[in-house]
Amino acid sequence: MHIVVCVKQVPDTKIIKINPKTNTLDRRSAPAILNPFDAHAVQEAVKIKKRIGGTVSVLSMGPPQAVAIIKNSIEIGADRGYLISDRAFAGADTLATSYALSKALEKIQEEMPIDMVICGKHAIDGDTGQVGPGIARRLDIPPVTNVIEVTEVNHKEKKVLIKRKQINGYEVIEAQLPCLLTVEKEVNEIEYAPMPNMIKAARYEPTVWSVNDLNDVDKAQLGLKGSPTVVGKMFTPPKPEGGKRLEGTSDEQVRELVTLLAEKKNLFNFDVNNS
Amino acid sequence: MSEKFDVIVVGAGPAGTACAYTCAKNGLNVLLIERGEYPGSKNVMGGVLYRKQLEEIIPEFWKEAPLERPVIEQRFWMLDKESVVQFGYKGLEWGQEPYNNFTILRAQFDQWFAKKAVEAGALLINETVVKECLVEDGKVVGVRTDRPDGDLFADVVVLADGVNSLLGKQLGFHKEFRPDEVALTVMEVINLPKDKINDRFNLSENQGCTIEIFGDSTKGNLGTAFLYTNKESLNIGVGTTLSSMTKAKLRPYDLLDHLKTHPMVKPYLEGGESAEYLAHLIPEGGYRSVPKVAGNGVVVVGDAAQLVNAIHREGSNMAMSSGKMAAEAIIQAKNDGDYSESSLNRYREALYDSFIIKDLEKYKDAAHTFEKHPQYFNDYVPMMNQAASKFFTVDGTPKREKQKQIMQSITKEKGRIKVLQDLYRAWKAVK
Amino acid sequence: MEEYSGVWVFIEVDEEKNIEGVSLELLGAGRALADKLNVPLAGVLLGDNIRGLANQVIYSGADTVYVVDHPVLNLYRTEAFMKAVILLAEKYKPEIFLYGATPNGKDLASAIATDLSTGLTADTTMLDIDLEKRLLEASRPAFGGNIMATILCKKHRPQMATVRPKVMKALQPDDSRLGKIIEEELELREEDMRTKVLEIVKDVTKKANLADAHVIVAGGKGLGDQQGFQLIHELAETIGASVGGTRDVIEAGWLPHELQIGQTGETVTPKIYFAIGISGAIQHVVGMKNSEIIIAINKNPEAAIFDVATYGIVGDAHEIVPKLIQQFKGISKGDLSYV
Ligand SMILES: Cc1cc2nc3c(=O)[nH]c(=O)nc-3n(C[C@H](O)[C@H](O)[C@H](O)COP(=O)(O)OP(=O)(O)OC[C@H]3O[C@@H](n4cnc5c(N)ncnc54)[C@H](O)[C@@H]3O)c2cc1C
Ligand SMILES: Cc1cc2nc3c(=O)[nH]c(=O)nc-3n(C[C@H](O)[C@H](O)[C@H](O)COP(=O)(O)OP(=O)(O)OC[C@H]3O[C@@H](n4cnc5c(N)ncnc54)[C@H](O)[C@@H]3O)c2cc1C
Ligand SMILES: Nc1ncnc2c1ncn2[C@@H]1O[C@H](COP(=O)(O)O)[C@@H](O)[C@H]1O
Repeated sequence: MHIVVCVKQVPDTKIIKINPKTNTLDRRSAPAILNPFDAHAVQEAVKIKKRIGGTVSVLSMGPPQAVAIIKNSIEIGADRGYLISDRAFAGADTLATSYALSKALEKIQEEMPIDMVICGKHAIDGDTGQVGPGIARRLDIPPVTNVIEVTEVNHKEKKVLIKRKQINGYEVIEAQLPCLLTVEKEVNEIEYAPMPNMIKAARYEPTVWSVNDLNDVDKAQLGLKGSPTVVGKMFTPPKPEGGKRLEGTSDEQVRELVTLLAEKKNLFNFDVNNS
Repeated sequence: MSEKFDVIVVGAGPAGTACAYTCAKNGLNVLLIERGEYPGSKNVMGGVLYRKQLEEIIPEFWKEAPLERPVIEQRFWMLDKESVVQFGYKGLEWGQEPYNNFTILRAQFDQWFAKKAVEAGALLINETVVKECLVEDGKVVGVRTDRPDGDLFADVVVLADGVNSLLGKQLGFHKEFRPDEVALTVMEVINLPKDKINDRFNLSENQGCTIEIFGDSTKGNLGTAFLYTNKESLNIGVGTTLSSMTKAKLRPYDLLDHLKTHPMVKPYLEGGESAEYLAHLIPEGGYRSVPKVAGNGVVVVGDAAQLVNAIHREGSNMAMSSGKMAAEAIIQAKNDGDYSESSLNRYREALYDSFIIKDLEKYKDAAHTFEKHPQYFNDYVPMMNQAASKFFTVDGTPKREKQKQIMQSITKEKGRIKVLQDLYRAWKAVK
Repeated sequence: MEEYSGVWVFIEVDEEKNIEGVSLELLGAGRALADKLNVPLAGVLLGDNIRGLANQVIYSGADTVYVVDHPVLNLYRTEAFMKAVILLAEKYKPEIFLYGATPNGKDLASAIATDLSTGLTADTTMLDIDLEKRLLEASRPAFGGNIMATILCKKHRPQMATVRPKVMKALQPDDSRLGKIIEEELELREEDMRTKVLEIVKDVTKKANLADAHVIVAGGKGLGDQQGFQLIHELAETIGASVGGTRDVIEAGWLPHELQIGQTGETVTPKIYFAIGISGAIQHVVGMKNSEIIIAINKNPEAAIFDVATYGIVGDAHEIVPKLIQQFKGISKGDLSYV
């Protein structure tokens, strides 16, 4: 069983700061991390490997520093790492990204056939979730997005059983291998990596490919050139106007509020909960 | 199955990284373990990095290290409630190679420094806490980390785990620090546009300024405050010993607030945006608190060995030098195949022979004196301010007469003998 | 590019053959865009035995409904739905195509964008038209919601976007509206499908409750600690409301993560929303600002939450909330004398 996980390096949006003048990211404030959803994707691949054996590879597109997140993936338990890094890839939107990644996957496929690709549900910088399904189309394999459980993997019969999150619950899906999954955080808990993985990761050097290392690439579909979407303007969301401030002592305020809400009191469900 | 390293260094601060770098450069198999997300992620420093000691490890480091500004001016403030007496030195020669010192932000500096160690061949492992040293037959043989399969072995373990060295305590090298041996310092990084900083501190491109503040900054307690310029931010901080803090029932962030809103300080910060808030201990016990620094298969470096000169706010430089000296002893030990205490004591000898211990010895009574006699901070700083005010106020009194009045007012308050005693005591403490 | 014309909305249908709310909202938003461009608005309706829903699509604003009705389209599957949509899009060439930012909508839109080699803007929260250039301006939160970015797709058609549920407004259905229903045939065989939906499990946990709740009592870090947060539960219980919280509250472990409201949590639109001890960070506000009445209780008069509140009380939650509970308990006993 060969699983390839697509992993992306992203700025940590939890501590991100925006320069209010230029509306750009204050890079200094945002350390680069492994996209949290992708960490779960790697963990899931490693869990499958532990259950039925196989190899876990990770693939990333990004600047040379992205080696760091490939090492993070090795810490979690991945066996191999590939980085595609080239100026030609820069400025890609999701369409151009899925094209570049699918070309790299074709190349990895030459080394060892791929049974499954796993992506994160989305990357926290772009928040699109479009790259995964895009890759699936390009490789012509079925995608299953929003996966919350990989219940069973049957490599012999080339089948997987999956739970997919839906608006009000989940679906149980059977998919043929090879397929592509995108995973939610619920899919697993990240395990605290054992020391031997840490040491392996510290020593690990991934395979790095430039655009010329890939086969049959149409350069017009890469990077900025290959991206149909462009960012127009950036702006701070319009500030809504506040409503009424209640006045007086706290008792008066509470009373006024309850009066104001009195007409809505049929909304309150007193009977059920107030015995 | 666990592999064995030549050296395991615990803590990727300046001390540990300097040691790991030097060992790796000399071909040793080094593992550097850091508990933070990355080196420097949790590390705190006012921000003055001295050139000399790092240069001895990485020549011309200023050409590549992430430094903020070379310091060309150092000011000292004796701060009273609504006034300040200041003196200092500004020299353009400090703005050129080889420079005197620099302001830095630790999160960036430590990452860079650790990267140098990795490039030299050390293995760096982050987000891993060393829980204890593994000891066999009275000899440290490795460490136990908090990870699964987490035991690791080495000929020498270097304790560079900082001021609160739990590992050193476990080995019985030192006891729990007394509250008067450590200072609690809080600081804030305040973002401010470059132009504003240059205007307010009277600096040009790539020039930095440091201000050390005594007196009202600590509300008269033993301790100091500082205000340093980075490229596009300021570091402001204040600290006192834990003991005075408890005695005066102070809360550290109240002190920082007090400082930030002080009428002499506030104009420098106006319009700035708080970027980060940090708190950390500084070992200030000095000479008398330096623990045992070498044992069988183990050495202690940097803050973990209490190597800080509080009076001259030197710490990172001593940390680096001690790391380098330890590395040299380890390399020698490897050549001899002898990792016993007596072999590693070469490090202790080097340390005691260097500026580090000599400086600490020179000031061994300083902190103690100032803590015991708070008049230095409570009385003399305001007095100096009053004296300066009198002296510079033009009101028709002849200058000679003024000086006399000033001396009188000082000795009236304290008594001539007492003043002389205080002066002598202070001189003795720092001589 | 001129041959592309008209605004399309993908109509999502659940397994009980009800049109999802987000699709009706998109018909509302799509109507406005179509009117600006002076072109028709169309719905794309796929499924098994769903013809009957076409009129509802027209009542909610569409001029045309494209229908593909086929047993293989019974439940959503990328492969099958994609084929149907691509058939339609290549034949009729819309200039704008909107989808709900739901699991299915996003999945489908991503696949189609790849095959049509066009741009797709994700998770849009504002839609507008640059009339001069006839360009769709799709704006969405960027960099973790700190800022909005307007995304344009200048040279490729259709211009596609997925749109967040509950941010656009549906039109009042009007059953006097008339429109065209165009049905297309498509050859699809179950044997060719590589995925099967074996089962659908409805989740009736609190989470579903939160999205449908009429009244929500939400608390923030201002409650102090888990103990203090009990006040939120108590108030909610008194008035029969659902409980929610901010990310900080969820991270502190005071509430399970499915009760997080905001950008990375649930979007809610109750009739009444109590925001208690909540600062009103934009990431929280985007998840609740379309509530009908918002009541903010915060001790800091400058708190941003007051900017979105219908009624604001400046005060300590620990003092105000117990009083509120007391008053509401009064009402429930029928004692309305002081109301
Ligand atoms: C507010 C403040 C201002 C200062 N200003 C200056 C100044 O201007 N100039 C100056 O030269 N010095 C200054 N110092 C002192 C200086 O910061 C220290 O002396 C210096 O950082 C010591 O380096 P170190 O490597 O020994 O320890 P640290 O920098 O504390 O590094 C210790 C490292 O070990 C790691 N660690 C600890 N325990 C474990 C464990 N169990 N397992 C794994 N990792 C562990 C920590 O995460 C940390 O990275 C200042 C200190 C403070 C607090
Ligand atoms: C990428 C990203 C995604 C995010 N997603 C979400 C999200 O989905 N949902 C979300 O909620 N947040 C989200 N956040 C976090 C968000 O930015 C805020 O940090 C969070 O909403 C703040 O929670 P809070 O209001 O509970 O806490 P605080 O900001 O700490 O506010 C507490 C408030 O309580 C008030 N208060 C204190 N004591 C009292 C008292 N006794 N009585 C009354 N009032 C009191 C204070 O004045 C203050 O206004 C996200 C952030 C990022 C960067
Ligand atoms: N540059 C990239 N390199 C590798 N994987 C990526 C990259 N960009 C996106 N992905 C994968 O696609 C998923 C969705 O990303 P996005 O569509 O950008 O939200 C991520 O979680 C990754 O698994």
